[in-house]
This record gives sequence, C-alpha cells and structure tokens, in this order.
Amino acid sequence: MSEKEVKNLEAIFEARIARDEKIEPKDWMPEKYRKTHIRQISQHAHSEIIGMLPEGNWITRAPSLRRKAALLAKVQDEAGHGLYLYSACETLGVSRDELYEQLHTGKAKYSSIFNYPTITWADMGAIGWLVDGAAIINQVPLCNTSYGPYARAMVRVCKEESFHQRQGYEIMLTLCNGTPEQKEMAQDALNRWWWPSLMMLGPTDAESVHTEQSMKWKLKRKTNDELRQQFIDQTVPQADILGITVPDPDLKWNEETGHYDFGEIDWDEFWQVVKGHGPCNKERMNARVGAWERGTWVRDAAMAYAEKQEKKKVSKAS
Amino acid sequence: MVNQNLYNYILGIGDNSLILGQRLGELCGHGPSLETDIAGTNISLDLIGQTRSYYQYAAKLSEKEITEDDIAFLRSEREYRNTLLVEQPNTHFGFVIARQYLFDVFHLLLLQELQHSKDDTLAAIAKKGIKEVSYHKRFSGDWIKRLGDGTEESNEKMQEAIDGLWRYTDELFEMTDADKEMVTEGIGVDLSKLKETYYQEVTELLTEATLQVPERKYFNYGGKKGVHTEHMGYLLADLQYMQRTYPNMQW
Repeated sequence: MSEKEVKNLEAIFEARIARDEKIEPKDWMPEKYRKTHIRQISQHAHSEIIGMLPEGNWITRAPSLRRKAALLAKVQDEAGHGLYLYSACETLGVSRDELYEQLHTGKAKYSSIFNYPTITWADMGAIGWLVDGAAIINQVPLCNTSYGPYARAMVRVCKEESFHQRQGYEIMLTLCNGTPEQKEMAQDALNRWWWPSLMMLGPTDAESVHTEQSMKWKLKRKTNDELRQQFIDQTVPQADILGITVPDPDLKWNEETGHYDFGEIDWDEFWQVVKGHGPCNKERMNARVGAWERGTWVRDAAMAYAEKQEKKKVSKAS
Repeated sequence: MVNQNLYNYILGIGDNSLILGQRLGELCGHGPSLETDIAGTNISLDLIGQTRSYYQYAAKLSEKEITEDDIAFLRSEREYRNTLLVEQPNTHFGFVIARQYLFDVFHLLLLQELQHSKDDTLAAIAKKGIKEVSYHKRFSGDWIKRLGDGTEESNEKMQEAIDGLWRYTDELFEMTDADKEMVTEGIGVDLSKLKETYYQEVTELLTEATLQVPERKYFNYGGKKGVHTEHMGYLLADLQYMQRTYPNMQW
C-alpha cells in the first residue's frame, strides 16, 4: 500500500471514530491503534486474573456461609471478566498463550493495587467498596469506547462490578454497625486501601504518557486527575455514612470548587510498586506462574486427548 | 421433640457438600487453566449453596436457637460427619478430579433417590441439586477421560490419584444409625442399594479412560462417625478461623 493510500485509510478511520462508529475486528485499523488496544485490554484482563488472588485468599476463611458463597461468586465473575477480555484481545490477532507469556515474564503489567496484601476480612469489604469503586469510574466510559468487542465486554463487566461494589460496601456497613473490634477492623482496612485506591486511577496528568492519544480513540474520556477527583467526591460521603475516617488530614470540602481538596499522593510508593517492588508483586507472580507450570501436564493431556478423539472420528468416517 | 435422627441425617449429607466445597475453594485462582478454574469455583459455589439449604433446614428442626453458621463453623472436629473422601487434600489436579468424580457418581445416585423422600424439604433440596450435580459429574468424568487417556504422564498421575482415593469409596455407602432409621421412616436413602450401580458406573468410565480399576479389598472408614483423617483439623482451622477468633458477631 502506498503512503498516500494509508493516509487516506487513516483519515476515513479517524472520521469513523469521530462519528462514534464502532471499529470491528475485521475493519482496517492503524497498527498503533491495534497495539494500544492489545496493551490496554490485556492489561485489563491480567488485572482481573491477578485480582482473583488477594480475594481468593479469604474464600476458605470467610466468616459465614453467605459471605463465602458471595465471595466465590465474585472471584468467579473476575475469572469470567478475564475470559472475555482475553477473547476481545484475541480478535486483534494475538493468542491467549502469548498474552500469558507476557504476563508471566513481567512484560505485561496489571493493576498495581493487587500487589497489596489482604490481611483481614475487612479487606474484602474495602476492596469491593474502594477498588471496585475506582475500577468502575475508570471503566464506565469504556462502554462507549471505539473498539466494538472491548466496548461490549465492558458493558457486562461494569454491571457486575457495580454489584461487587455494593456488596463490598455492605460488608463495610455490617462491620461498622458491629462491635468496636469490627469497626476498628473496617477503619484499619480503609487506612491501608485508601491511598493505593487513589493511585489506581493512574499517574497525574503531567506524568501520563498515553492520555492524549487514548482520548482521541475514546479509550479514555476523562484524564486521570479528573477521574481521581470524581472518585474522591463520590467516596468521602460514603465513608461518612460508615462513620470511619479517610486517612488524609488535608481532606477538606472546598465550597468554591465544589470538590474535595486532598493531600499529596506518595508517588514514590506508586512507582516502586509499578516497578515490581510492592509488598506482594513477587507472591502474585509466583502464584500465577506456579499455577501455569503445575498445569502444564493437564493442558498437554487435554490436547493429546482431543487429538486422539479427532483421529478416531477421521478413521471412523473413512 | 426434635427428630434427632433426621437432624443427624441432614448434617451427614450437608457436611459432605460443605467440606468438598471448602476444598475446592482453596483452588480458586490456582487452577491449570482459566476454564477449569471457573468450573471448579462453580462447583464449589453449588456445593456451598446446597450446604446452606441443608443446614437452614437442620437449624429450623433444632430445639436450640441456632443458624446455618453455627452448624457450619462451631462444631468440634468429632462432630463433623462428612466422609473421609471429601476432606482429602488437593495434592495435584489428578486428585482434585478423582475426588470429585468418585464423589459425584455417589452424590447423583443419592439425590436421585432422595428426591422421592417423604420429607418434602429434603426432596426439594435433592431435586434442585440433581441438575447441579449432573453437571459436576459430566465435568469430572470428562476430565478423568482426558487425563487417563491423554499423555503417559497424565495417565500415571490420574492412576496415582485413583489408587490413592479408592480406599475411601466404600465409606460412601456405610449406613449409620441415623441412615437406617431414616430409611425405615421412608425419609432416607438405603445406600447399600446404590453400591453396585456405583462401582459398575465407575468401573466403566475408568476402563474407558484406560485406567486400572483398583481391587475392592481394603477400605478406610471413620468420617461418618466423626473420626477424620489428619487433614481435617487444618481444613477446619481455616474454615472456623473468623468465627473462633471473633465469637458472637454478625458478618
């Protein structure tokens, strides 16, 4: 294809996006669009899969049968999200095995929040309330993103996430209406998850390298700082209802702006965790790689069995 | 006056679901593939759901003010009546599948009979469970075939698991006093009548999967009398952790 033809295709492509038309797998797309989407969708899929681990940590110790069932269902939903996000990613011409390979070798990233440990039951509440809450803020705009398979996957993901968020908040509410010991557990969880949740919405706009291009392709509709402000404005009143305190002495309602002012985020901590040195980065990777390696003989067997069955069919037919 | 035999009978059935559901819950996020992970969690979820139905019914029958959670979390090890099979650890995926299949075949036979129980509640729980357990059995049976007739390595591993768990199968059919009494009252299932069908079905599938069917000679018992294997205490330590550490609280 000549340079002029490519330019022409690009112009048509950008115009379609500007008209809010969906781009589908078989449509022509610029290579950079394809790559950016593989990166973002796979990162999202990996986050769902790694995200199963901190919550899976409490399935065997859930305090009641109702909570155990709900937690199982939630972690199963996350596996399901991973599954259809990987499928959406595969429509861009990359295989699931390649994507796993990228995760297992550390080439692909996942949300840093899952590198923090879940050390009490209240963490199941805090993750649902804060982490899923922040995820929803990030993800709702993606239901209208330009790439069709991703947008459609996100519609379902968001519905389930908002259910998870309410479930998490309800765990917190139960703890806060419980004994002083339970309320203390809830406060402690908020203390530990608050700042990492704010970091989840990404580096400040000044540091964010992908924002401009992503806005154009509707992979992003608001900047990281706008999303963060929205999250804080929405979450602080919820903490008030719970009767627990957001661990930020600088947090204050600003009449003039109509938003909360908040304190400085420790970006050194953020980058440390992103670079692989958070409290659980190694544990999460070991768990994933270990499960994958321990499962090799199982996957090999399934392949071998399928081939044998196929041969039997062929020899029967001939 | 509460029917103590009925109460014990319900717990005997419910405990199998609870303990197997708990074991499967340990695996969530650690399976050999995303699809098996989802299936395992799904089975666990079904089993915990069944457990709740059984325990809620038992709690209602009890003279004491108790809930499903008191029954699930606040008994001593000797009071759990599950069979030894379901408490066995997730040694490797072959064991997970063998344990599941050896239980599922029994479980489905049991529920198919229990749906005709004179006790309407038990019959209803059984009827609902049949759909779920049919799926469990299809899942585990398919995997027995894949692993048995897959590669040399998978065949060895599957055989190791069948050989390791076989000795717990006969206990599934052991009749406790509560079992006998419930059969007399038309509520419970005569397990001894299911046994030959069970071994026949299992033998057929294992043979199809190119696996050796172990001899029906040496078996271990005890779970139904509350005498468990050494694995059980650790399982309960996890299961009961919150309720024991923070007693008398709402969650």
